[in-house]
Amino acid sequence: MWKTLRQIADIGVVTEPAPAPDEALRVREALRLRIREVLGRALCIREIDAGSCNGCELEIHALNNPIYNVEALGIRFVASPRHADLLLVTGPVARNMEAALRRTYEATPDPKLVVAVGDCGCSGGVFGESYASLGRVANVIPVDAIAPGCPPSPARILAAILTAISTSPAR
Amino acid sequence: MPLKRWFDQAVALPGAPQVYGLRVSAEQWREAAAAAAAGGGRLLSLWIDAAIGAAPGAACSVVAALATDPGVLLLELPIGTEPRHGEPAPSAEADYPGLQDLFPVASRLQRAAADLSGAMSSDPDTRPWLCHGAWPAGFHPLRDSAMADSAAPAPDYAFVRVQGEGVHEIAVGPVHAGIIEPGHFRFSVVGEKVLRLEQRLGYAHKGIERRFSELRLSQGHRLAARICGDSAVAFSWAYCQAAEGLAGIEAPARAHWLRALALELERIANHLGDLGALANDCGFAFGLAQFSRLKELLLRATEATLGQRYLMDFIVPGGTRADLRGAAPRGLLACIAQLGAEAQRLREILEDHAGVRDRWVGAGIVAPALARRLGLTGLAGRASGQAYDLRADQPHAPYDQLAPRKCVRSGGDVAARVGVRFDELFESCRLVRTILERAPAGAYAADFVEPAGAGFALGLIEGWRGPVLIGLAAGESGSIRRCHAHDPSWQNWPVLEHAIIDNIVPDFPLINKSFNLSYSGHDL
Repeated sequence: MWKTLRQIADIGVVTEPAPAPDEALRVREALRLRIREVLGRALCIREIDAGSCNGCELEIHALNNPIYNVEALGIRFVASPRHADLLLVTGPVARNMEAALRRTYEATPDPKLVVAVGDCGCSGGVFGESYASLGRVANVIPVDAIAPGCPPSPARILAAILTAISTSPAR
Repeated sequence: MPLKRWFDQAVALPGAPQVYGLRVSAEQWREAAAAAAAGGGRLLSLWIDAAIGAAPGAACSVVAALATDPGVLLLELPIGTEPRHGEPAPSAEADYPGLQDLFPVASRLQRAAADLSGAMSSDPDTRPWLCHGAWPAGFHPLRDSAMADSAAPAPDYAFVRVQGEGVHEIAVGPVHAGIIEPGHFRFSVVGEKVLRLEQRLGYAHKGIERRFSELRLSQGHRLAARICGDSAVAFSWAYCQAAEGLAGIEAPARAHWLRALALELERIANHLGDLGALANDCGFAFGLAQFSRLKELLLRATEATLGQRYLMDFIVPGGTRADLRGAAPRGLLACIAQLGAEAQRLREILEDHAGVRDRWVGAGIVAPALARRLGLTGLAGRASGQAYDLRADQPHAPYDQLAPRKCVRSGGDVAARVGVRFDELFESCRLVRTILERAPAGAYAADFVEPAGAGFALGLIEGWRGPVLIGLAAGESGSIRRCHAHDPSWQNWPVLEHAIIDNIVPDFPLINKSFNLSYSGHDL
């Protein structure tokens, strides 16, 4: 116990400031301003791997480490789409995952947001569209913001999430 | 015929060291495989080598890669098969004799091969494996050039039912509760005790092997690195090893050392991630916080030194994409030193923690005898007494100069798999230090010129999870005729079904994590 407490005290708080939202990552604006403000305070995310190589998942995991520490921003990953406000979707969508992705989207209560993660989720990536792959996430469900990269860094993924829940500047 | 006689007839193949190929008849196919099994050999992979768009009835062949004491024996059995349309009847005559009685892993490999190429083995289990009905059952992506119009709805998958008083099923997935890849688990339980687990995989199948044949030999490494994101270095190295073998090009000495640096960093990063998750899965969130912080520090040092956090594009045909950056190696050395010291402190904390010990020790046991019979491989195999590690057994450059230590335990439980991870973490830290100190100077890449003619080469690299294999067949003028990729998860998924028997449902996430198998690398 003593060693555990000492390690905690030695390390201290290592959390870094969150990145700013980035308008370049927004692809759709479907939710009203007021709803975004409500979601932004305590956002529940359900992650769906629709056929990725697992690279994006590794970087999404990193969001929960003490350095990115998204829980401190009020963002939490939840175990069921029924608890979620935002779906974080990776992969080119494998045809074998199409039904599961659609059903998970339908199981998520409105209002909901979708962020597509990774080059594959944003464009189909190296896998493209084929007998087994439907390509980008937006080919299957509506997408609000994107986090391109292979894999995108945790800061990039976080920026896309924060963009999705932020109100866009007046146009 | 003893195993050695088969090797006497075989010819050395390019790519990984100590790989020999032999064309056999159906009788010899079974005889040679049985000789390998009797001599303690293991089946590395099995696949169908066919050409997309070939005329109906054109010859193809089934290939088995056997790891044995003298090296890898690659058996090629030519088969002439009519592509089958519609659901194959269980009584359909087999195209080749299956190996599932000698090597249990062959069963799923043969089912996957049937889905992709239409060639059926003699295994009585003819259920589809990768084809879930999303494309027509009569379409075989590794044979047919065009897909038929309509996808017929697939019949429900026939899970094996457990019957008896109080038995009920728990169905989980394909969308799991955590940040995890997709797959389906069907538990048959009484109370909390698991009587049987049956996996259904293939959800992440995205047509990788067919995609390969649309690329050129000089492009395939990018796709290889994305077969399984946590093993990007292992797969891209195995691919380049095969591609360089085909082209007759030797990467410069420094490139080998830089590749080994990348491979060991990948191993350390994965082990750190797993150790944190394994502590978290027994409720000790402190472990996750500490190990995930160390992993982040390592990824940042990796980016500063090699240009990427995850090394998706570092290894290229001919060498590496770049050399080490400026003063960065000193930063990486400092990071490795800190990481080693902190991991040692955390190991003591975890080993002293009664609650953690209680969950780890005795959970998900795979005894060495069972591990041997089922062919448990890689890291999980080494935790169950299977002392195989390509880096030590068939060393290629630079491992022939690094003398890597094999980390082996015999407990076979979660604690043993944790123990192997710690041992390998420290050994890989040593290797990283050695590489940074001793890597020869010189060029980091040679020009890669695509070979003009056809050929075949095998790539074989010990990734963090186990041996990763690439079977690469070149067509004319630098095209890829066929590229088969194999992740060791194929071997270990079926063993996980055994490891969970008689454990309780709440221990499954912990036991599953202790194996940490790939879905994408398996589903392709």
